[in-house]
Amino acid sequence: MTTNEPRMTWPAADFTRIPLAAYHDSELYEREQELIFRGPTWNYLALEAEIPKPGDYRTVFVGDTPVLVNRGTDGTLHAMVNRCAHRGATVRREMYGNAKSHTCCYHQWCYDLRGDLIGVPYRHGVKGKGGLPDDFDYADHSLHKLRVESYRGVIFGTFSEDAEPLVEYLDAPVTEHLDRLMHKPLRILGYQRQQIFGNWKLYTDNVRDPNHGGLLHMFQIKYGLARLSQWGGAKLDKRQRHNISYTSEDTTMLVGKEEYDEMERGDTSLQLADPSLLHYRDEYPDEITLSILSIFPNCVFHQISNSLATRQIRTRGPDEFELFWTYYGYADDDESMTNHRLRQANMAGPGGYISMEDGEAIEIAHRAGGAEKDVHSVVEIGGRGKVTDQDNLVTEAPIRGFWAYYAELMNIQPAQA
Amino acid sequence: MNGDERRAIDDLISDYAEFIDSDRLEDWLDFFVEDCIYKIIPKENVDQGLPLTLMLCENKNMLRDRIASLREANIYNIHTDRHIVSGIRVHGKTNGAYDVTANYAVFQTNQEGATRVFSVGVYHDKIVFDGGVPKFKEKVVIVDTAAIPTLLSTPL
Repeated sequence: MTTNEPRMTWPAADFTRIPLAAYHDSELYEREQELIFRGPTWNYLALEAEIPKPGDYRTVFVGDTPVLVNRGTDGTLHAMVNRCAHRGATVRREMYGNAKSHTCCYHQWCYDLRGDLIGVPYRHGVKGKGGLPDDFDYADHSLHKLRVESYRGVIFGTFSEDAEPLVEYLDAPVTEHLDRLMHKPLRILGYQRQQIFGNWKLYTDNVRDPNHGGLLHMFQIKYGLARLSQWGGAKLDKRQRHNISYTSEDTTMLVGKEEYDEMERGDTSLQLADPSLLHYRDEYPDEITLSILSIFPNCVFHQISNSLATRQIRTRGPDEFELFWTYYGYADDDESMTNHRLRQANMAGPGGYISMEDGEAIEIAHRAGGAEKDVHSVVEIGGRGKVTDQDNLVTEAPIRGFWAYYAELMNIQPAQA
Repeated sequence: MNGDERRAIDDLISDYAEFIDSDRLEDWLDFFVEDCIYKIIPKENVDQGLPLTLMLCENKNMLRDRIASLREANIYNIHTDRHIVSGIRVHGKTNGAYDVTANYAVFQTNQEGATRVFSVGVYHDKIVFDGGVPKFKEKVVIVDTAAIPTLLSTPL
């Protein structure tokens, strides 16, 4: 075997075949960090509502790079790699807080809220001995800064000078959906975290796969909430890298047993002893009751009935990632509405009635391996060829949109292209 | 409180853990009064004054629904839980309910026979006596292990 032999093959130009090795290969993972997460993409960092006051900060991740995001004294937003320019130690160890500056505890190098180095102890030594060289310029040793833009209170950052403006990157279907979700001030309700032992792209696939919703998430089926035959679909941006999957309860287009003829579904008429969990309180000028907005590469915004949350994907090597969930409501929610959102949080997250299966699905997909270079997954539900908006839920075509853009950034040339 | 009540509280907490570990979840429901609260909340949310939970049952019917859904609907990692509960303390009595805390650790074992620490935290209980039988009026599980490994299916 020569060292130049490809580690995996990409036999389909429309990405109807994805090499399983792409979910396991550690060299590919390192390239993803450089070309995707630190490449010309915009990564979701946090919500402005989490850092409302000057000096408020949170520590987050872009891929596996630690990032400190804060609000400056003038109210502007800044993000920088949370790694000291001196010896590479973590500068801000806390997960959140408020500060006038950030000081690394190791040797007390101090940075302002823009990430600029403003102080080194004993810079000039003691009595003329020791200290930094005279020509040491603080300006050359700031924290590594990200470009930051906020859209509707959602903070994104990029490592790239070449990334297109955020609004163009997001494109209309995504900005319109964020307009909808972020139409008034937010109130943060809390956080959930989940360690999943699988490749992060199995998750970005999962959220671009409306087809699995009515097949894996049996709570929805058994309690009669959802069917694949419901009204719904998926909207994509012009590059098909982002995706909004949506559906609405009470819109079943096709009722009958025939759609599940080939499956053993068991009883699909279970009743909750306390159905208050399921009540949808109408709050948007459309009929969508469930939407999963996935923005390339690192985030998801969900509306599951009246439960609203963001999910930040934090990679930890090819075999593990963390999902960091931030739940919110609106600042003008009354106590009843807040309690309702908290109640409906039961449906999402690591213990969610509708989402706990995703953790298991990703782990079984990862556990079965597939590092051989000629083993591929099949992505043909919803058709082959060009990826377009989908007007039904029996589709996984948006997965192919993700991979087409992924391959472009990674300089991967599929066959037949 | 008398010694009998104290022993009954100890037994309740041990039985609660044993019934989860032996998968007797339907019988486990009997440890709660109808008008109960059961919640699992990450310590980091408590510390920030944020109300979001990982699991919230505002009455026994919602607990019944959780168990029924685990049996009938949800798909989750095949595992065995084992609770270690320690340091049970009774802090007093408020509105007829004993305020009780205890530390817990839950180890989870998979089909390969490999065990991991799944969750560590503190139980904050309100326990009432109903006809001499102790039951949970409220059980708040404050989870140190905020980053849930894989997923959270079985109650803690």
